[in-house]
Amino acid sequence: MDIGLGHYLTVAACLFTLGIFGIFLNRKNVIVILMSVELMLLAVNINLVAFSYFLNDLTGQVFALFVLTVAAAEAAIGLAIIVVYYRNRGSIDVDDINMMKG
Amino acid sequence: MIYLAIVFLPLAGALIAGLLGRAIGDRPSEIVTTTFLMIAAVLAWIAFYQIGFTHETTRVPVMRWITSGELDASWSLRIDTLTAVMLVVVTTVSALVHLYSVGYMHEDEGRARFFSYLSLFTFAMLMLVTSDNLLQMFFGWEGVGLASYLLIGFWYRKPEANAAAIKAFIVNRVGDFGFALGIFGVFLVFNSVNLDSIFEAAKTLENTDFMFLGYEVDILNTLCLLLFMGAMGKSAQFLLHTWLPDAMEGPTPVSALIHAATMVTAGVFMVARLSPLFEHAHFAREVVLYVGTLTAFFAATVGLVQNDIKRVVAYSTCSQLGYMFAACGLGAYGVAIFHLFTHAFFKALLFLGSGSVIHAMHHEQDMRNMGGLAAKIRLTYFAMLIGTLSLTGVGIPHLIGFAGFHSKDGIIEAAFAGHTPYNGVFWVLTFSAFLTSFYSWRLMFMTFHGKTRAAPEVYKHAHESPMTMLIPLGVLALGAIAAGFVFSQYFIGHHYKEFWAASIYEGSHNHIVHDMHAIAEEWVYWAPFVAMLSGFGLSWMYYIGAPWLPEATARTFRPLYLFLLNKWYFDELYDWLFVKPTMALGRLLWKGGDGAVIDGTIDGTAASVQWTTGRVVKLQTGYVYHYAFAMLIGVAAILTFFLRSLIFSGGAGQ
Repeated sequence: MDIGLGHYLTVAACLFTLGIFGIFLNRKNVIVILMSVELMLLAVNINLVAFSYFLNDLTGQVFALFVLTVAAAEAAIGLAIIVVYYRNRGSIDVDDINMMKG
Repeated sequence: MIYLAIVFLPLAGALIAGLLGRAIGDRPSEIVTTTFLMIAAVLAWIAFYQIGFTHETTRVPVMRWITSGELDASWSLRIDTLTAVMLVVVTTVSALVHLYSVGYMHEDEGRARFFSYLSLFTFAMLMLVTSDNLLQMFFGWEGVGLASYLLIGFWYRKPEANAAAIKAFIVNRVGDFGFALGIFGVFLVFNSVNLDSIFEAAKTLENTDFMFLGYEVDILNTLCLLLFMGAMGKSAQFLLHTWLPDAMEGPTPVSALIHAATMVTAGVFMVARLSPLFEHAHFAREVVLYVGTLTAFFAATVGLVQNDIKRVVAYSTCSQLGYMFAACGLGAYGVAIFHLFTHAFFKALLFLGSGSVIHAMHHEQDMRNMGGLAAKIRLTYFAMLIGTLSLTGVGIPHLIGFAGFHSKDGIIEAAFAGHTPYNGVFWVLTFSAFLTSFYSWRLMFMTFHGKTRAAPEVYKHAHESPMTMLIPLGVLALGAIAAGFVFSQYFIGHHYKEFWAASIYEGSHNHIVHDMHAIAEEWVYWAPFVAMLSGFGLSWMYYIGAPWLPEATARTFRPLYLFLLNKWYFDELYDWLFVKPTMALGRLLWKGGDGAVIDGTIDGTAASVQWTTGRVVKLQTGYVYHYAFAMLIGVAAILTFFLRSLIFSGGAGQ
C-alpha cells in the first residue's frame, strides 16, 4: 500500500482531535493541558511537513522548525508558570484554577 | 483729601479688624475701628461746616469703574449739602455705636468680627450717600443690605437670628428688584446713570409716555415708582416692613446703627437725592405720600401693644420713617431730611438706652418683667427720658423744643400746608403723633416706673452700664436736645433754600416749605402739641394712675387687641400667601422634579447597567478549558464561514 498525502493528513487530524479532547476532558492536571497543546502543535507540524514534501516546497519544513522553537519556548514558560502557581496555591488541579471568574 | 478720608477710613478699619482680627486680637480691633470712625466723624463735621458755608457741589473722582458701550459709570464722591448731612449722621452715630459696642459686647467672643462688620456697614453706607450715579448708589445699597444681613445674624448659633437675617435679606430683595428695574429703566430712557445728566434730562420728560410691559405709561411716574419700591424695602414701609421688627434679633448696637439711624433711612435719602425726578412725577409722589402716611399710622398702632422693649422702638422707627416719606411725598424734602437727621439722634439714643436696660437686666427684653428701674439705672433713665421727650416732640410752638419737636411738627405742618383731601394726611399724622406719645411713655412707665415686676434676684443685680456705654448716650442725648433748635433755621427755616442749594430740587409749583411757615390757622401749630400731651396723659393713666386699665381694655376690645398684637396679621398673611406656596413648590420640585425625574433617570441607568454587567460577568467562569472551548468554537465558526464561501463560489479565490 502506498502511503500518500491523505494518510499523513489523517494522522495529523487524529493527533489534533486527541489534543482537543485532552484539553476538554481533562479534569485533573494543568500539565495535561500543556501536553495537549503540544500535541496539537505537532499535528500542525505534520501537516506542514507533509504538504511541503508533496508540493515540493521547502518553505513548509522551515516553517515547521519555527513552530518547534515556539512550542519549546511556550512549554518552558508554561511549566514555569505552573511551578510558580503551585508554590503559591499548593495545587495545580484544573478545577481549583478559577480565580479569574466573574 | 478730607472726603476720601471720611469714606475710606471705615473701610480700612473693616479690613484690619476683619482680616487681621485673629492675629491682633479683639481689643486692638476695637481700638482701631473705633478710632478710625471717630476721626471720620470729626472730619465729617468739619466737612459739614464747610459745606454749610459754601453750598457747593464738589466731586471727588476715585477711579473709572465700568465702561461698556454707552454705559459709563465712574466712581466718584458727590459732596453737597445733602451728602454732608448724611455723612455727619452716619459717621457720628457709627462712631458712637462703635464706642458703645466696646462696652455692650465685652462678653462676646467674636468681637473682631463684629467691629469689622460695623465698619464695613459704615463704609457701604458712606458709598451710598456719596454716590454720583445710580450704579454706585446700588453698590452701597446692596453693601448695607449685606452688612445688615451679617449683623442681624451675628449670633449665628441662634436659629431666630438666622431666620431674621434671611427674612431681612429676602424682603429687601423684593424691594431691590424694583430698584434695579428702576435703574435699568433710567438707563433705557436717559442713556446714562449719572445723576447730573438724568436730572438735566428729566425736566423735559414730564408727561411723556413710553412702553413698559406692553403698556403705554408715563415715564417718570413709572421710574419713580420702581425706584420707590426699593426705598420701601430698605426703609421698611407698609407691605415690606415685616423684616424690621424681626431684625431686632441682632445685637442692640446694630439695631441702633442700622435699623434706626442710618440704613433704614437710605430710602428717604434716595427719594430726596432723586428729587429732580420725583418733582416731575406727581402720581409717584402721591403714592409716596400715602404709603408714608399709612406706615406712620400702621406702625404706631402695632407699637401700642408690643411687649418687647426693642420691638416697640423698632415699630416706632418704622412709623417715623413713614413720617419722612410723607414729607417727601409732599415735596418737603428738606423737612424729611431734617427729621431723618434728628431722628438719627433720638432713635439711636432710645435704642442704645434700651440696650443699656437690657444689659442691666442680663438680657431680659420683655417689659412685663421690668418696672421700677429708674432708681437703679439713673443715668440710662435720664438718657431714655430725653430720647422719649424728643421722639414725642415736646416743645412750645413758635418757641423752642426738643429735636423731634422741630422736625416732626414741621412734617405735620407741611401735611396741612399740602392741602390733601379733607386734610386727611394731616389728621392721620397728628393722630399718629398721639399714638407715638402713648407708646413711648408706655415704654418709659413699664420699664422705669411703678413697682418692679422683675425677679428679685435680677432686680437686685441690675447695675448701671460702664462709661463706654454711657458716653455715647450722653452725646446722643445732647443731639436729641439741641439738633432741633440749632439746625432748624437752616434745614427748614427761611434760609433753607441757600442751605440745600442744588442738592434738593424743587419744581416751580412747589412752595410747601414757604407755605408751612405761613399757615393762618393758629390751631394747626398746637394740634401736635395737644396730641402729644393727651398721649402722655392717657399713658400715665393706663400705666401709673390705674394699672388695671390695660388689662380691662385688652379684654373689652379683644379682637382689636389681638389684631394689633399680631401686627395686623401680616406675617401670617405672607406666610399663607408666599411662604407656604413657595415651600410647596419647592417640595414638589425637590421630591418630584429632582427626586423622581432626575435621580430616577440617572439612578435607573446606573442600576440597569449594573444588572446587565451582573449577567455578563457570569460568563467568566475562570476555568481554562471553558475559554479554550470558546476559542475553538470561534475557530470552527471562522473556518466554516471561509469553507462555505470557498465551496459555494466554486473556485479557489474569491
